[in-house]
Amino acid sequence: MKRLGAPGFFRCLWMIPLFFGIGVGIMAIVRYLEGWDPVWLNEVAVTTALVTIPFGFLAGIGAFDYWARYAIGQPTEPEDHSGHGARSWRDYFRVNTDHKVIGIQYIVTTFIFFLVGGLLAMIFRAELARSGSEVVDTQAFNGLVSVHASLLIFLFIVPVFAGIGNYVIPLMIGAPDMAFPRLNALSFWLLPVAGVMMLSSFLVPGGAFASGWTCYAPLCTDQPLGSVFFNMGVQWAGTSSIMTALNFLVTIITMRAPGMTFWRMPLLVWANLTTSMLVVLATPFIAGSQFFAMFDRVLHTNFFVADEGGYPLGYQHIFWFYSHPAVYIMLLPGFGIISEVISTFSRKPIFGYRLMALSLVAILFLGFSVWAHHMFIAGIAPWLRIPMMVTTLLIAVPTGIKVFSWLATMWQGRIHFKTPMLWAVGFIAMFLIGGLSGIYLGTVPVDVHASDTYYIVAHIHYVLYGGSVFTIFAGIYYWFPKMTGRMYSERLGKWHFWLTFVAFNMTFFPMHYIGLHGMPRRVADYAPQFENWNLFISISSFALGASMIIFLYNMITSWSRGPRAVANPWRAHSLEWQVSSPPPLFNFAEIPQIVGGPYEYGVPGARHAVFSDDGATKLEEVSSDAETEVRG
Amino acid sequence: MRWSQIVQLAVIAAIVGAATTAAAVLIPWLPPSASEQRDRIDFTFWLVTGISIFIFAVVVSVILFSVLKFRARPDDDTDGPPIHGNTGLEIAWTAVPALLVTVIAVAAGVVLTQNGNAGSNPLRVNVTAVQFAWSFEYANSSAKGVQATTLRLPLGRPVQLELHSKDVIHSFWVTEFGQKMDALPDTPEFPHPTHLVITPSKLGTFPIICTELCGLGHSLMRSQVIVMKPAQFDAWAKARKQA
Repeated sequence: MKRLGAPGFFRCLWMIPLFFGIGVGIMAIVRYLEGWDPVWLNEVAVTTALVTIPFGFLAGIGAFDYWARYAIGQPTEPEDHSGHGARSWRDYFRVNTDHKVIGIQYIVTTFIFFLVGGLLAMIFRAELARSGSEVVDTQAFNGLVSVHASLLIFLFIVPVFAGIGNYVIPLMIGAPDMAFPRLNALSFWLLPVAGVMMLSSFLVPGGAFASGWTCYAPLCTDQPLGSVFFNMGVQWAGTSSIMTALNFLVTIITMRAPGMTFWRMPLLVWANLTTSMLVVLATPFIAGSQFFAMFDRVLHTNFFVADEGGYPLGYQHIFWFYSHPAVYIMLLPGFGIISEVISTFSRKPIFGYRLMALSLVAILFLGFSVWAHHMFIAGIAPWLRIPMMVTTLLIAVPTGIKVFSWLATMWQGRIHFKTPMLWAVGFIAMFLIGGLSGIYLGTVPVDVHASDTYYIVAHIHYVLYGGSVFTIFAGIYYWFPKMTGRMYSERLGKWHFWLTFVAFNMTFFPMHYIGLHGMPRRVADYAPQFENWNLFISISSFALGASMIIFLYNMITSWSRGPRAVANPWRAHSLEWQVSSPPPLFNFAEIPQIVGGPYEYGVPGARHAVFSDDGATKLEEVSSDAETEVRG
Repeated sequence: MRWSQIVQLAVIAAIVGAATTAAAVLIPWLPPSASEQRDRIDFTFWLVTGISIFIFAVVVSVILFSVLKFRARPDDDTDGPPIHGNTGLEIAWTAVPALLVTVIAVAAGVVLTQNGNAGSNPLRVNVTAVQFAWSFEYANSSAKGVQATTLRLPLGRPVQLELHSKDVIHSFWVTEFGQKMDALPDTPEFPHPTHLVITPSKLGTFPIICTELCGLGHSLMRSQVIVMKPAQFDAWAKARKQA
């Protein structure tokens, strides 16, 4: 009985039904009092339940306990740090306020969604291996495509960067934790809510939401019930994003160690700062677009219903006003990771550090002025196409600065091709292809031909897989020793890279070709002329899926029995490497003093941070240990 | 940086550039064109391709050169030279891409204007999309008032399509014509017409496909366009009017 009252999954067992009852009860009472017939409507009940059930889950798991006690004037739990740090694996399944625990919760959860989203792609690639309909019917196919994209965007790429940032940003700026640890925990626990919501749409009558991850109105408002699960799932994932971004902003602006000026921040911190601004400014727009679409469906409003004077293109304008900046939300943190990795493994300072930071800010501003390039053929005002093309092409300039600066950082370096560096260099090459196909698509006349075809599918996978996912792998391998206290297997890491690299290109490069030749995207069936290429792409995609097995095997075995990692296996200068692996409960025994830039490789006697005498000796011991073990 | 390094880098860049150019030219990346608009689209495509090959060759050759020349031995724990930047280089790689994208933007702007210009007397056709079929109604010329589910066009005369939808968003595309435009749901009371200009330049039959996900039958929402000699077109129009 005591377990039912304590925060945790047992309390969820009765809290979730309770909140379900509250949601549908309010609906039924309002409808009854208003005299509407029938009192019970499935669609309205499901929508209200999707609002209230997550509150039941969060209350059950204990995300609100502290605030609830505080609000009603009861004594809050004593500050014994029982909710901080993990003593056993069970602590990862509880509400925890330690940024390091939350970071790992984030990363593991998002990788589970990555696997599920990838497996959905395997199913529809099986269907596409031959023309005609063999494996799944069209409704299921459209559902698989839509859930695949939604999971990978909203529940993998966007939040996994929040997870990596959660773990390393406080360490990098010399802070004991994030600014708002309880808010941090709440943002994490919203993610499984959003992901389970999107996946459970497969179980409702009519199947999963099937109008693409873009969910264009008015198609999505005509679709079966599953569509509501997208409308609402996006809200929960978006709420999580916004709260984390606010947390990052406050943490980075107010909690930097003494001496860490903005121009001494590592570029990953710069990247998270700019990304967080994008998230806070842009995410409310997708929330708006999904609320409007949901209102059109459930409340019969007419935001996008043409018959009643609504404006169908309005949806797309609002949607892309978030979803284009979202591309940068999914890329800028990756740029930050690549800067850390390239500088460390080339043993050279970042080339043009200030311009690197400023180009992030330039992308932040330009990113808000290009949304309609997703709508060149959507019937927007013709005059709008030229300015949107110009701003789109201009983004190539700050992006080019970043690529050239990474190359110049490698130039004349002492490059060590450890696994993170392989992913970083692979990223530059793949992102280059994605960037160049982006120039094609930014050029309106070419976009008119290539839009809505497999060329777009190829482009976004070069940007989001060859781009974002490669940076994620670089980051995971780079900080794996710091997070787990153990070393991963270099041999398996390199196998993973090469298999992914080859299979990735075999899967997505031919899509440029079939797209230009007329194969539209999001089709369950296609003209027979594309059959051989599709078979080739499907087989390659299975190889790409198989490469994940090596990664998982490496992560699981290395985490459980890999060799112990030293504090600073990469001999890096930034702060997170100056504490033990994994770091102590509150990160730093004493507050470090920042005395220089984070990438001063090759500068005689340069230090990024100093600790007081006692700390400094300890640090030197640690780093000399590190060197012997790396050599050994 | 020594001269020998520059020469080696230039050789690698030349090889990468030549290989990429060969891949661009030898593989038929674009299907045959059948309209004047597609010809201009193809021109911008090749302009962007030329610039892309240049950038690709520069970046990939620097990567390859660094991988080959700057790889450290595992026991080498020295650092590289502490170079923090070079103002001249940084200005160059800001200015050169800015210049290149300006060239692309100007060319694309000119092409876009030409591709949207239907001339003084185009053939006007109203296109109606519905889940999951296309229908066409001629608004002027010898075929005025004719309705059809297959689009017939005379060779060489600019055509202005006006697109509407009866339910959700669809998109009209003929690969060989290149031009593509969404059809938006609207009513006579609240019209949202969209327009597309095509000047057929080759006789033949080409598939019309819907490229905007529009529901269960999306992949089957196809029709055909038949480009005929003007005299044949007039004869067909006359026959259809009498029928």
